[in-house]
Amino acid sequence: MSALLQLATTFGMLSVLAVGGGTAVLPEMQTILAQRFGIDHTAFVHIYSLGQLAPGPNMMMVLVFGFQIAGLLGAAVVLLSFFIPSSIFCLAVGRLWNKIGERPWRRSVQSALEPISIGLMCSGVYAVAKAAIVGPLTIALALVVFGLLLRTRINPVYLILGAGTIGALLMYLTGMH
Amino acid sequence: MTPTLWEIFREFLLIGAVSFGGGIVAYERILLVDKRKWLSPDEFMATLAISQTMPGLNSVNLALLAGDRLRGFWGACIAAVGLVLPGGLFVLIAGLVYSEGADHPVMNILLAGVAAGATGLLASITYKIGDQHFRHMRSLSIIVATFVLMSIVKLSLVTLLLIMVPIGLYLYRPRPEEPRK
Repeated sequence: MSALLQLATTFGMLSVLAVGGGTAVLPEMQTILAQRFGIDHTAFVHIYSLGQLAPGPNMMMVLVFGFQIAGLLGAAVVLLSFFIPSSIFCLAVGRLWNKIGERPWRRSVQSALEPISIGLMCSGVYAVAKAAIVGPLTIALALVVFGLLLRTRINPVYLILGAGTIGALLMYLTGMH
Repeated sequence: MTPTLWEIFREFLLIGAVSFGGGIVAYERILLVDKRKWLSPDEFMATLAISQTMPGLNSVNLALLAGDRLRGFWGACIAAVGLVLPGGLFVLIAGLVYSEGADHPVMNILLAGVAAGATGLLASITYKIGDQHFRHMRSLSIIVATFVLMSIVKLSLVTLLLIMVPIGLYLYRPRPEEPRK
């Protein structure tokens, strides 16, 4: 019971703190899941990465953390607590907006939050990379995927699956990581 | 023509099911502006701006606001549920497989490559979104300060936002006579 309550408060908090999109709370989520629920950084990065193969919003993997911590009920609690608080907030403000119309300070709020959100995303890259980059092979795979995504229009899902397959093959053949 | 709740659900469910590899906001634009003409391009941009300002996932917020515009509260709920349902089922199945085989050596070396690939993806998204912001002193200084406070000083997210949001709001306070950034 207390685990469910803790899940609800944790993800409810992350929900309203997710400025500029879910990716901004990745580093905080990684820290909290390790401290409060014992999900180590490697498992975090594995689950996060698997989540990137899924269709739909890119943070659905939060359900898997709920599932790992407290089964299907845990997944349901995480789903509700991660989506409902921010949704109520957004709906309420959205309706208010339609009434009062565009104001200069909305632009200010967005302009102020954008660089903060990007800074948090940089922290997210750093946090994920620290757990995912374990040697020359994983550095090379990450850099190749990064370069291809900037230069081509290949669907990221294929690149991630390709990195998994090629990486596994090379690790198996060379024993390198 | 006001769409039925079922139509709204079906359209967002479709986006939730086919949007492998991200870019959901683009799918939503095609649905709302081009395919169904539920929103005009201007209405879409205004709705997107609110979705980006509010906490939560941009694509989910956009679905909520569009659904609310079309069919009120229940339209909002059904649009968001449709959008997250396929991905939610997908990750739960993937999570089950992961829980079963996390210790298997083949699974582990596969996941090492997958995680490296996902790191490249996250870095490329950050780079693309940040592109313009990295070139201006004002936004770059906020980005660097946020990164240092989060990753090096290791402040909690609440403390970080309590420090950085007022600073950001002050730096970007409305000043109609000056150009942005």
